[in-house]
Amino acid sequence: MKTILEIKDLHASVNGKEILKGINLTMNEGEVHAVMGPNGSGKSTLSSVLVGNPAFEVTKGSVLFYGKDLLALSPEERSHEGLFLSFQYPVEIPGVSMVNFMRTAVNEQRKYRGLSALTAAEFLKLMREKRAVVELDNKLANRSVNEGFSGGEKKRNEIFQMAMLEPRLSILDETDSGLDIDALRIVADGVNKLKTPQTSCIVITHYQRLLDYIKPDVVHVLYKGRIVKTAGAELALELEQRGYDWIKEEVGG
Amino acid sequence: MRVEQDYITLFHQAESLINENTSEILNSRRAQALANFKEQGFPTRKDERYLYTDIAPLFEPNYGLNIRRLQIPVNPYKVFRCDVPNLTTSLYFMHNDSFYHHAQPSLPDGVLFGSLNELSAQYPELVNKFYGRLADTSKDGIAALNTLFAQDGLLCYIPHGVRIEKPIQLVKILRADVDLMVNRRLLIVLEDNTEASLLMCDHTMDDVNFLSTQVIEVFVGKGATLRLYGLEETSERSTRLSQLYIRQEAGSTVQCSDLTLHNGTTRNTSDISLAGKGATLSLSGMAIADKRQQIDNYTFVEHAAPDCTSEELYKYVLDDEAVGAFAGKVLVRPDAQRTSSRQTNRNLCATRQARAYSQPQLEIYADDVKCSHGATTGQLDENALFYMKTRGIAEREARLLLMSAFVNEVIDNISLEALRDRLHLLVDKRFRGELARCKGCSC
Repeated sequence: MKTILEIKDLHASVNGKEILKGINLTMNEGEVHAVMGPNGSGKSTLSSVLVGNPAFEVTKGSVLFYGKDLLALSPEERSHEGLFLSFQYPVEIPGVSMVNFMRTAVNEQRKYRGLSALTAAEFLKLMREKRAVVELDNKLANRSVNEGFSGGEKKRNEIFQMAMLEPRLSILDETDSGLDIDALRIVADGVNKLKTPQTSCIVITHYQRLLDYIKPDVVHVLYKGRIVKTAGAELALELEQRGYDWIKEEVGG
Repeated sequence: MRVEQDYITLFHQAESLINENTSEILNSRRAQALANFKEQGFPTRKDERYLYTDIAPLFEPNYGLNIRRLQIPVNPYKVFRCDVPNLTTSLYFMHNDSFYHHAQPSLPDGVLFGSLNELSAQYPELVNKFYGRLADTSKDGIAALNTLFAQDGLLCYIPHGVRIEKPIQLVKILRADVDLMVNRRLLIVLEDNTEASLLMCDHTMDDVNFLSTQVIEVFVGKGATLRLYGLEETSERSTRLSQLYIRQEAGSTVQCSDLTLHNGTTRNTSDISLAGKGATLSLSGMAIADKRQQIDNYTFVEHAAPDCTSEELYKYVLDDEAVGAFAGKVLVRPDAQRTSSRQTNRNLCATRQARAYSQPQLEIYADDVKCSHGATTGQLDENALFYMKTRGIAEREARLLLMSAFVNEVIDNISLEALRDRLHLLVDKRFRGELARCKGCSC
């Protein structure tokens, strides 16, 4: 099995406050890992640090992504290397059309990989194909990025971008929050359609609900900045039934 | 008043030469302008309209003036290729303040479009009715100086009921072998129920210092529609002082946009009177400035009649050590009931050294009005930048997209689609630094 992600003793702080206190996590190619845990345990910080959000400072530890030192790369290089984050709160960018945004993103990626830019026709064809994956309306594709999108549309738009960029590792940060049942199904179906034996996924969630659709191979529980428990898919079900208190007790928190 | 004295002396020395080469109508306004200029001189920063640009020092350097009206032996078609694809215009040129005669696209019968000096000699009664009637020389030193020295420029006259579909484009080129001062005069008259679109492009051709003053007087008759777009792409060595005066009669519509793509020091004054019931005004401006460029827009919108609407939108992107200023005053007269007015100014400072000044002012004397104004100055949205980076878009490209998006709001106001497309392209080029010094639009 090929190891694609190796996080070792990762510490990170924001405004001088330590949030991640020694994360260890290893992922193999093609796996789906769920990261669960109570509010404030550091789940979103972990995803932010992995994609290089400058608001977070890594104080210790290392991350290898396909053998490369991930922390030494800029956010855009991490993207070009195949890392993708579906944001918990996608950002609105008034005045920048989805088409322009995606065309720039796709062509920057192609440039990094030594490929020529797509022609307008090729690009529009690609947009059409990928839009279908998450049933994203053409009207939205012509609007400014996320501007005036509903909560569900924003999340669908994240998965649409994922489809366009074809990452090797996707991190879904609470992609299920704020979604009704139908939207959840569309988003989860989209993720599953994009899944290949070569692509991997980290699903950050509070609920079993999303994991009914996207089946995890491994479930981690993050608590107070550390991974305190790792097990198979059955752990998520147990958490759904029992909550987190028993884990807090186990770790003496 | 030392600088002013130099110009007064110059005028006395050159008066007979100026008058000899200029029509009677243009000459007839000089005595009053001289008296007004002597009295008030150039505006100072104590004047609330001129808080951000110190005018007198701009007139200190030595400039030549083409008082003898020497011809410039240049064919603009050869040196100037500004093709706006899909935008067919009736294209005219102006060198400094002189109308280029060889361009003669056909305009509807009765329309006058040509040299102000010549047409004011041919149609003295018509021009006399309008010339100098809006640009009050007793109230503004720059208008006074311009009136004092003006020898030519443009007359655009559209007679009653004529609607011109095809946009008219006037390319105003500054060109000289020595540092030059140009005092240009434009008179635009739309009689009742007319319609026209006029695009004016300002360029500099030579690497010398230019100082241009420009007074544009615009009369928009009842039910008339005017789209007036100004695009400045001049060199860093140019100083432009442009005074635009518009009077709108009942039921008229004006869409006016001033776009500063590249410049040196620019001061634009827009003084607009909504004089007739139900007139509508959309006034906007956009500037992209870097290095040590300066842009100062002052707008004065007077609601003098009921049921008028005015909407203002000014947006600047300021990089390096550029300075941008916007001051806008809206005055609602007692009779102007049911006025609707909105003024917005937004600025983006890309560096800590760039400066934006904003001063909205409202003066309301009617009681049934809806007026609002807002001003913001900020930096690029860090969250948006990061979001774009996580999609693989590098810093430079991401900033570019955000800055273009910021000013595109102004461009999207323009109703000529082909011009809009062209401007999007020019803005993109400008941000990429490919428009650093426009050489007569070699684009």
